[in-house]
Amino acid sequence: MSRTVLVTGVSRYLGGRFASQLATDPRIDRVIGVDVIAPAVPIDGVDFVRADIRSPVIAKVMAEAEVDTVVHMGVIATPKQAGGRTAMKEINVIGTMQLLAACQRTPSLHRLIVKSTSSVYGAGPKDPAMFTEDTEPRHAPTSGWAKDSVEVEGYVRSLVRRRSELCVTTFRFANFIGPKVRTPMTAYFALPVVPTVLGYDARLQFIHEQDGLDVLTRAVHAPVPGVFNVAGTGVITLSQAIRREHKRAIPMPEMLFGALGKNFSRSGIADFSTEQIRFLTYGRVLDTSALTRQFSFEPQYSSAEAFADFVEAHQGPERQGAPRE
Amino acid sequence: MSDQELQPVTQTQATGWEDKLAELKAFIAQRMSGDYAIDDFGFDPELNDKVLMNLLRPLYRKWFRVETSGLDNVPATGGALVVANHSGTIALDALMTQVALLDDHPAHRHLRMLGADLVFQMPFVGELARKAGHTLACNPDAERLLTEGQVVGVWPEGFKGIGKPFSERYKLQRFGRGGFVAAALHTKTPIIPTAIVGAEETYPMIANAKTLARMLGLPYFPITPTFPLLGPLGAVPLPSKWLIHFGEPIPTDHFPDGAAEDPMLVFNLTDQVREQIQQTLYHLLAKRQRVFG
Repeated sequence: MSRTVLVTGVSRYLGGRFASQLATDPRIDRVIGVDVIAPAVPIDGVDFVRADIRSPVIAKVMAEAEVDTVVHMGVIATPKQAGGRTAMKEINVIGTMQLLAACQRTPSLHRLIVKSTSSVYGAGPKDPAMFTEDTEPRHAPTSGWAKDSVEVEGYVRSLVRRRSELCVTTFRFANFIGPKVRTPMTAYFALPVVPTVLGYDARLQFIHEQDGLDVLTRAVHAPVPGVFNVAGTGVITLSQAIRREHKRAIPMPEMLFGALGKNFSRSGIADFSTEQIRFLTYGRVLDTSALTRQFSFEPQYSSAEAFADFVEAHQGPERQGAPRE
Repeated sequence: MSDQELQPVTQTQATGWEDKLAELKAFIAQRMSGDYAIDDFGFDPELNDKVLMNLLRPLYRKWFRVETSGLDNVPATGGALVVANHSGTIALDALMTQVALLDDHPAHRHLRMLGADLVFQMPFVGELARKAGHTLACNPDAERLLTEGQVVGVWPEGFKGIGKPFSERYKLQRFGRGGFVAAALHTKTPIIPTAIVGAEETYPMIANAKTLARMLGLPYFPITPTFPLLGPLGAVPLPSKWLIHFGEPIPTDHFPDGAAEDPMLVFNLTDQVREQIQQTLYHLLAKRQRVFG
């Protein structure tokens, strides 16, 4: 059986790396990359299709190429990447709807893998210490990427209802971190001094970029249907993370932190959405036992190790342990 | 300080003192580098045992002169659910029980308590509660801790218990919805009914400023003979004599699977636990000769 995989969101770092990793995989015959803008550097071995979300071009591509697996990584996290919140929401929600409509119409399709986020759980004081996949969110996200992701997951569930023979795997990832990936969180930790919320110390988890790509690859080859939390084992607190960076935390009252966050977002230093601020206040921890048991995958990096890898790449070994300026 | 400095210092004393200082410096350096482990709940055992508990120990030993009994009813290993009466305006009784199990239990067990969501909403309080190993009172968390083999502490009276007037001291309030019994049944862990005498007299609440409480978003606002009359001084607890008794465990492993789904059984067990605590309270009160003695 020849295998053709379609990957969305290839013009951004993770999507691009995943597509090029698949392109070198001998078990895969053809990789088609889709995004709304062309990648900065063409990806070797990947056929790129620039798809406008308002046209059903994806359906045509999928039917002609007889795609059997779709990996949806095209949900954008920050308005800056899309050129505004309106465009972001269109790409995320309408784009997903177009993609899923095409999936429903493509008879050759067997598998759909969705890169979602653990931010669909929200974050707040009434949450249990750990989220399982069926924990009801008590502080459901109301805006931005997290809200988009909730909607995306909703459309994915309705596709599962309509095409029940399809193997659909949704991953709710903890924050990606590692030497190369850029996210609002890495921008936050790259600040020279790190603002935090006074009186709170969020519990954080990370997923190393390599582990994230590995779990997606595994889903392409050994699919298990369902929704799975993905995070490195263990927890580190925000204060602990900042100390491990050898940086100084600047605790400030919640209101001031929110106002500062808005300024940072506007000036493009780091992206602070409402959801991000709630996350940095209350934190979020995932129960990953379903991933280990049912999906038989264990990330190589614990949350602490993944963070350490990020710190090392950003500060270099010579700055490790150096006194603070 | 000056007295000690004037005395001739022997060599051994000097090393002991310097060693301690060096140890403290190493401890602070290690903490500042973030090189310590916490569990999934955010429990920081090192910070708890070496710093937080040290702040409570003088209160436990010198101020309240806590006497414990029945510690052998708490298992040395494996899960157990400590259920106790709640009183005294702020949850000092919970903190003293935590010290009791860590210091006086032969296996030095950490008590992982279940707290109200208000605790985790409040800045500093919520942060410290997590670091001391406590978590939100909800069944997933209770069962997760019990499955891990932890000793879990629950105060089912909640705010009704600590916020009750002094005239109702040592009268148990309603025991929530019996969620703790369901958690014990699910995980087949024993319930240890625990009675605490002494906390009622720490801040005798003679009135409740309800309007002020509503304005501050608190479940009650206590008026005691000294608070808020004496300002911050009124926040010093009265030095009552405390007794904590860990009662005979109530096993739950002989019930069939799915027993937690039988509301009548859950109600009956809840009542049994409540009754046992109430009886022990009367017994301890009779045993304690003087409130501040």
